[in-house]
Amino acid sequence: MSWINDIGPLGDVVLSSRIRLARNLADIPFPQAMDKIDRDSVIHGVYRSIAGSDSPIGEEFQFLSMKDLSHVDRQILVEKHLASPDLMKYHERSAILVNWQEECSIMINEEDHIRLQCILPGYQLKRGLDYLDNIDDIIEAQLPYAFDPNLGYLTSCPTNLGTGMRASIMLHLPILATTGQMKAMLQTLAKIGVTVRGLYGEGSEVMGDIYQISNQITLGASEEEIISNLEIVTKQIVQKEKQARQLALAGSRIHLEDEIWRAYGTMLHARCMDFNEFMELLSTLRLGVETGIMTKIDIKTINRLMIMGQPGHLRKYGDKTIGDLDIIRAEVISKLLRSTELEN
Amino acid sequence: MLCQRCKKNPATVHMTKIINNMKTEIHLCGECAREREDVSWFSPFSINDLLASFLATTGSTVTADNRPIVKCDRCGMDFDKFKKKGRFGCENCYQVFKEEIYPIIRRVQGGAYGHTGKKPKRENKRLEANKEIEELKQRLEEAVRQEAFEEAAKLRDYIRELERKEGQEG
Repeated sequence: MSWINDIGPLGDVVLSSRIRLARNLADIPFPQAMDKIDRDSVIHGVYRSIAGSDSPIGEEFQFLSMKDLSHVDRQILVEKHLASPDLMKYHERSAILVNWQEECSIMINEEDHIRLQCILPGYQLKRGLDYLDNIDDIIEAQLPYAFDPNLGYLTSCPTNLGTGMRASIMLHLPILATTGQMKAMLQTLAKIGVTVRGLYGEGSEVMGDIYQISNQITLGASEEEIISNLEIVTKQIVQKEKQARQLALAGSRIHLEDEIWRAYGTMLHARCMDFNEFMELLSTLRLGVETGIMTKIDIKTINRLMIMGQPGHLRKYGDKTIGDLDIIRAEVISKLLRSTELEN
Repeated sequence: MLCQRCKKNPATVHMTKIINNMKTEIHLCGECAREREDVSWFSPFSINDLLASFLATTGSTVTADNRPIVKCDRCGMDFDKFKKKGRFGCENCYQVFKEEIYPIIRRVQGGAYGHTGKKPKRENKRLEANKEIEELKQRLEEAVRQEAFEEAAKLRDYIRELERKEGQEG
């Protein structure tokens, strides 16, 4: 199930669940300190451990060398959240394995030798962890990991020690964001070791009312404990957002409807749209679908719009004779909306 | 230029951000900028920034000029370089800079100490083997004390065998 094309548990607020495990191979310097021979041997070793495994998983993955991809194709991997911005930044040394469902990727030579990642639609961290656990075992059977009984899996940065696990939930919180309840909530979350970030994770800012919450601490708690903590927090936030939505609907349904249909109209007819405006309108439209007000499109279309409206995708699939991305964006969005509307 | 948000008042707050190679401009009036608290309050936060701020408050002992600079014998990393980058060069760095890094780990990991999560399967096997060897050694001592030399010799050979295997696999 890809998070773009499917809807998962708590799907009216939770876009996706992501698990990432950081691993390094024993006796080889971490990526930033290793030479070319080590780089290539890590890439080959990880590739062989997956492609050559007895498990059927081996056949699910496609191998891509970041160096051999065009800039636009690298960007597309990042926009689909399969690769991290750092993997793109270090493309000279990095590679990636992606499964055909596009829910799991194995990044090689990013900050650590191996970054296993699984993204699923809606709330399903546990399933993501189980999936990665299996891949982790397959790799480990071939390649010994750097591990310390006290510090756990040894990572390039001490903030990933222990489990090496970062679990994140992507949430759409348009009403909480506008009613000013966000700040207090974010401060409370910080106190209990949950960090909040934007769409692209580490260091990115919030756009289109999409918030990413994740565990700050990776050492001292087990994977299951970390996940169950996040589950409690997620369910509370989801409940709060839903209550706020009900209040908003009860208070001024007509104004909310107006806003949503106006967003739809603008998306259909605009000729030029910058990314910021696009993300704001998309948030309104997403709220429309989530609350059942907008019936012309579904969540799948919203997610496809979100992916298609980004620069790499626009450059790859949009009109190549136009230079201005904002013009291409308006055209691509309008076309996509029209085509999905006809399907309904 | 009018505020992007309320589209009524003139925009007085202008921000340009580059995220993911993408430039976005935000123009808001003062009122909307204040209202949209995430604009100012939610400046990009990263866990690495947190690490950097912890690093900045420690390590006066390692930057003293008269102290020889300790380098990791495997990757050549020194602690000043680590403080700048926030990244180690290899697993051995955690041993070399143990004294400096352990207090920092405790702080960035919320006081936690001691890994309780998943362990590599090899590690489990190794721990079990170590435990078995320890137990056998105790039995060996006991056998020697009781002057049961025949059994002691058997135990000694068995321990050697286990340790040899362990050395090969490790």
